Amino acid sequence: MSVKNVCLVLMMIVLAGCAGKGTKEQDGLGYGTQSGAAAGAQSGGVSDGSMGQGAAIDESAAAGPRASLKNRTVYFDYDRDDIKADFREIVAAHGRYLATNPGAKVRLEGHTDERGSREYNIGLGERRAQAVKQALLLQGAGASQIGTVSYGEERPAATGSDEESWALNRRVEIVYAP
Amino acid sequence: MPKPLLPQILTACCLLLLALPLQAQLQIEIVGGVARPVPIAIVPFGWQGAGAVPFDVAGLVARDLASSGRFEPLAGRDLVQRPTTEADVDLADWKAVGAEAVVIGQVRETAAGQYDIEFLVFDVLRGQRLLRYRQPASAAELRLAAHRVADVIYEKLTGVPGIFATRIAYVAAIHRGGKPGLYRLIVADADGANEQVMVESREPLMSPSWSPDGRKLVYVSFENKVAEIYVQTVRSGARQKVSARAGVNGSPAWSPDGRMLALVLSRGEGNLDLFTLDLGSQVLTRLTDQRSIETEPAWSIDGRSIYFTSDRAGGPQIYRIAAAGGTAQRVSFEGSYNARPRMSPDGKRLAVVTNDRGNYRIAVLDLERGYSQVLTDGRQDESPSFAPNGETLIYATRDGGRGVLATVSVDGRVRQRIPAAEGDVREPAWSPFRTN
Repeated sequence: MSVKNVCLVLMMIVLAGCAGKGTKEQDGLGYGTQSGAAAGAQSGGVSDGSMGQGAAIDESAAAGPRASLKNRTVYFDYDRDDIKADFREIVAAHGRYLATNPGAKVRLEGHTDERGSREYNIGLGERRAQAVKQALLLQGAGASQIGTVSYGEERPAATGSDEESWALNRRVEIVYAP
Repeated sequence: MPKPLLPQILTACCLLLLALPLQAQLQIEIVGGVARPVPIAIVPFGWQGAGAVPFDVAGLVARDLASSGRFEPLAGRDLVQRPTTEADVDLADWKAVGAEAVVIGQVRETAAGQYDIEFLVFDVLRGQRLLRYRQPASAAELRLAAHRVADVIYEKLTGVPGIFATRIAYVAAIHRGGKPGLYRLIVADADGANEQVMVESREPLMSPSWSPDGRKLVYVSFENKVAEIYVQTVRSGARQKVSARAGVNGSPAWSPDGRMLALVLSRGEGNLDLFTLDLGSQVLTRLTDQRSIETEPAWSIDGRSIYFTSDRAGGPQIYRIAAAGGTAQRVSFEGSYNARPRMSPDGKRLAVVTNDRGNYRIAVLDLERGYSQVLTDGRQDESPSFAPNGETLIYATRDGGRGVLATVSVDGRVRQRIPAAEGDVREPAWSPFRTN
């Protein structure tokens, strides 16, 4: 089984877990991640679940690209932990989603490329996870909804020793808890 | 109903176990050498016992001494005599073939499965016997006993204790589908042989470090999807979780008296700082409170201070702080990147990872004179660890995209590769001398 397939299976398991809990918010997210084009459907799912006051926030979520919630990886520059302009809207969309869905939880997994010492890279991965956490909090997400872990260079997304692989490895993965 | 998988899994496990002894043999390659290693004749040891000789003691002794780079054992064809007792040794003949030292010996079965290894060392140039020594061993201990024999000979001839009977711990990542899928913490003899898996996990294992008595390891495990620190007894495998606080739990290092751990915590605040943990009282003491990354603590020999990596001045550099806390002082000044210090056994030097013209390499920083020397020439060398006699460092390097272990003498002249059979091998930690 290829890694992609494993990821797909894992994603399906996660989605199944969401569905199993049966809350509309999570259904909405699940639907959105499977099909980024189904903006209306997902939007409906979200507002259904968050009662009346969800409307305004839902509107702001709708203003962002629906694909934002599907994108769950934030990439970083070498030895940096600031969120690049390209990824701010993606992170903000997740923050808004968490704010409107207080039952949802994410785990932010910080990673680095292989350069430099391993424990130092744990520190760098932690900083990246914290940078994303702060951005989520700015959008109104609750601190209790967000967990962080740093894997440093221990779980590379790509195993090459070149700039292309390194760029893929300097990342924070936003993982929704089932 | 799906077919039960268990029999297949068991079969796979059996295959794995059967395969291990074959994979375990190390290869030592000397890629550099001292100007002139000492020619030494190591004569195959005699055997007094039932059946075939149980272990080639002289063969392992020869490999050990050769691996140091300081000795050159004579090839079998140059062994002009094969004496096993002192009476049969003619040092004039050995002088003629260029041997400067001669080792002879016997393995004697003293009881079922019990042996005495008795050996003698001669100085050919001075024409005298230097040593007569007896090392007892059970059948299971013969390999270790042979390493001890090599240690005794090495110390007699060089004045420095040998490290052949010590061990190394390291982490191996076994790749599945192009990515690390299985992580193992392994303990092996210093020559890479006799690998034993201490822990196996689908989540990363990191940062193994020995207790000062060499009986335990402390390491980081992500087995519960968060970083936690465990202490494990090597012999029994029994283990105990010692830190699972919110956020990062990392970089554990045992104090020289064995009572404390230095460790790194983020305390859920997203920033790493140094702490000490008293293993008896469980009292946790904060040493640093900086916005920068403070990590990779290494105790001084007297246990009074701790060297560590900090990027408080921009890039990572080495600092020293009192073990009770206080103001840190910077100790590395050369270059833009110096990280992961490890103390030499004499307390005078630090092994560090340094950025050498864009490459990560192992350097030794002389704390008295303040200068450092780069010892390796790889692109991504890391995790140096001193042998307990201070003569050699083991470190992780890359060979063809794969993590391997290597050793380098502290003068940089003798280097060896220790390719592991399986996986990406990293984070070697050299044990203290065995106390048992």
